[in-house]
Amino acid sequence: MSIAIEHVVKSFGTFRALDDVSLALPRGELVALLGPSGCGKTTLLRIVAGLESADAGRILIDGQDATGKHVRERQVGFVFQHYALFRHMSVFENIAFGLRVKPRRERPTEAEIHRRVHKLLDLVQLGWLKDRSPAQLSGGQRQRIALARALAVEPQVLLLDEPFGALDAKVRKELRRWLRRLHDELHISSVFVTHDQEEALEVADRIVLMNKGRIEQVGTPHQIYQEPATSFAYSFIGNVNTFRGKIEGAFLRVGDDLLPHFQCNFAEGEPVVGYARPHDTEIVADTQETAGVAARINRVLTSGGTSRVELVANGPERGGAKDYFEVEIGSEDLSRLALANGQRVRLKSRRLSLFRDQA
Amino acid sequence: MSGATSQLAAHLSSSLNRFEGRLATRDSGLVKTAVLAVSLAFFAVFIFLPLVLVFAEAFRKGWDTYIAALADPDAVSAIRLTLLAAAIAVPLNLVFGISAAWAIARFEFRGRQFLITLIDLPFSVSPVVAGLVYVLIFGAHGWFGSWLQAYDIDIIFAVPGIVLATIFVTFPFVARELIPLMQSQGREEEEAAIILGASGWQTFWRVTLPNVKWALLYGVILCNARAMGEFGAVSVVSGHIRGETNTMPLHVEILYNEYQFAAAFAVASLLALLALVTLALKAYVEWQAARNVAKDSEG
Repeated sequence: MSIAIEHVVKSFGTFRALDDVSLALPRGELVALLGPSGCGKTTLLRIVAGLESADAGRILIDGQDATGKHVRERQVGFVFQHYALFRHMSVFENIAFGLRVKPRRERPTEAEIHRRVHKLLDLVQLGWLKDRSPAQLSGGQRQRIALARALAVEPQVLLLDEPFGALDAKVRKELRRWLRRLHDELHISSVFVTHDQEEALEVADRIVLMNKGRIEQVGTPHQIYQEPATSFAYSFIGNVNTFRGKIEGAFLRVGDDLLPHFQCNFAEGEPVVGYARPHDTEIVADTQETAGVAARINRVLTSGGTSRVELVANGPERGGAKDYFEVEIGSEDLSRLALANGQRVRLKSRRLSLFRDQA
Repeated sequence: MSGATSQLAAHLSSSLNRFEGRLATRDSGLVKTAVLAVSLAFFAVFIFLPLVLVFAEAFRKGWDTYIAALADPDAVSAIRLTLLAAAIAVPLNLVFGISAAWAIARFEFRGRQFLITLIDLPFSVSPVVAGLVYVLIFGAHGWFGSWLQAYDIDIIFAVPGIVLATIFVTFPFVARELIPLMQSQGREEEEAAIILGASGWQTFWRVTLPNVKWALLYGVILCNARAMGEFGAVSVVSGHIRGETNTMPLHVEILYNEYQFAAAFAVASLLALLALVTLALKAYVEWQAARNVAKDSEG
């Protein structure tokens, strides 16, 4: 089912958790709400579920206004970060719970409940655990059971709050591939909250990037990574080199240095911040070169075909503060440059994105 | 008396191994012997000896006297009244305890901290004061005294007063057990239940209550023990009318003051027996709760 969020506002005391958020999510997609902690993503998810009420705005599920609907009438499935399995019930009873609490006339027969629970256990591939108690399961198993439990009531929408947040790195990776496969099988409209960009980029069809109670950008993982729309999107997603300075003709003045740029919608002298990805940043070892930001080689890390070079710039114009940069270059380029630790070089960018400096 | 007691028992064995197993926290033999000797001697003199003496005194004049003391109509009436007071006070405090714990653990409201403090009041105030307060409110010269007299309702120096005093002193037990547990469990399981379509009532019976059942039982046992054993508050409101408003502890006192030592100790031994049964029950509940905790931490 499609989900539409219209002008949703939510405050906790004086803290504005959601500031006029509007969003339309088409049916059948797996959507990630991505952002740093405190950005409002979990609050938004809980408002969609009906666990939290919005101060203003509407939630439409499949075109129908669900704002005033009680949680249990919204037909959503919800998966909690810490599983929230019923600790005193067996795995089987956990999954059966949603069916057993249905009003008598809607409640399936015992045989039907068994059939459906076993089907779900097969789906999450944990049939052999059905008589265990939740405490006897690993984190990954618990979360799969929690998912099966949520699916038992055949929800229209599946909402997952940091579903892999409490798991260790290896299990997390396995489980998110598994979630992707599961979604491809079931095609149920799903929204999951995460602060882990890798997770969002790898699993989601669409990413909603949030910051400070607002939506920064909505797009496919490719768009989000390749074409960040805002200053925040650049700094949050992936590694990026940051250059702060003022526009000076075809250059960005960074301290004493001049960095060439290629697009300019800004007035002369305007304070801007430029972002360049490590693979779009190049090292100029030629000491005669005057353009580019001066820096020293700090470390060279080689692994496989590409190398990462870490550089540091500090000087009186930066008030003694150190700026770190990262450059990704091919092994051949690296050997051609013959860099030594401490060597003075200049940094240039093949692709520099400029934004107005808010700071 | 806190809710952590049962969990504490569960972790005791593992923490024992931890302290003994580590060089830094291993005590010297001398210290170990000294600590053991002091605590065991203390236990023997102040707890075990009196307990043995109660039974020894009770049976000193033989079975016949013992049975006669318990079969005495006044004694039977005292036993019946004690059981009645407990039978009313415990369920009421069970309901109150659950609702208070629920309110405190699950909701933020003005006066929440005040309520937490207030729940402890019966522990901190002398039971005699509690009794006097009820006399002040319901007694013949109290606030409602004339009104109650007009309708011919007896509270003070009658059974209702005893029940009220018992409720007052046993008021905190259940709530005190439940509050920390419910706070630590959070409310995600309940949210999960409601999202799955459960009504508030179903959520309470199928999720909330089973999750706290051992703490609840533990609180009820302690509550019951106190309800049967209470002396001070009940003594003030009872009026000591034989065969009518005497509870077992009061009856023991009266017998003792009349130099009927054997009879006094016979009734006292019954109270002590109740205490032992309570302890056995408590140990069983703790053992069960510990098993559950162990099961929880297995995964």
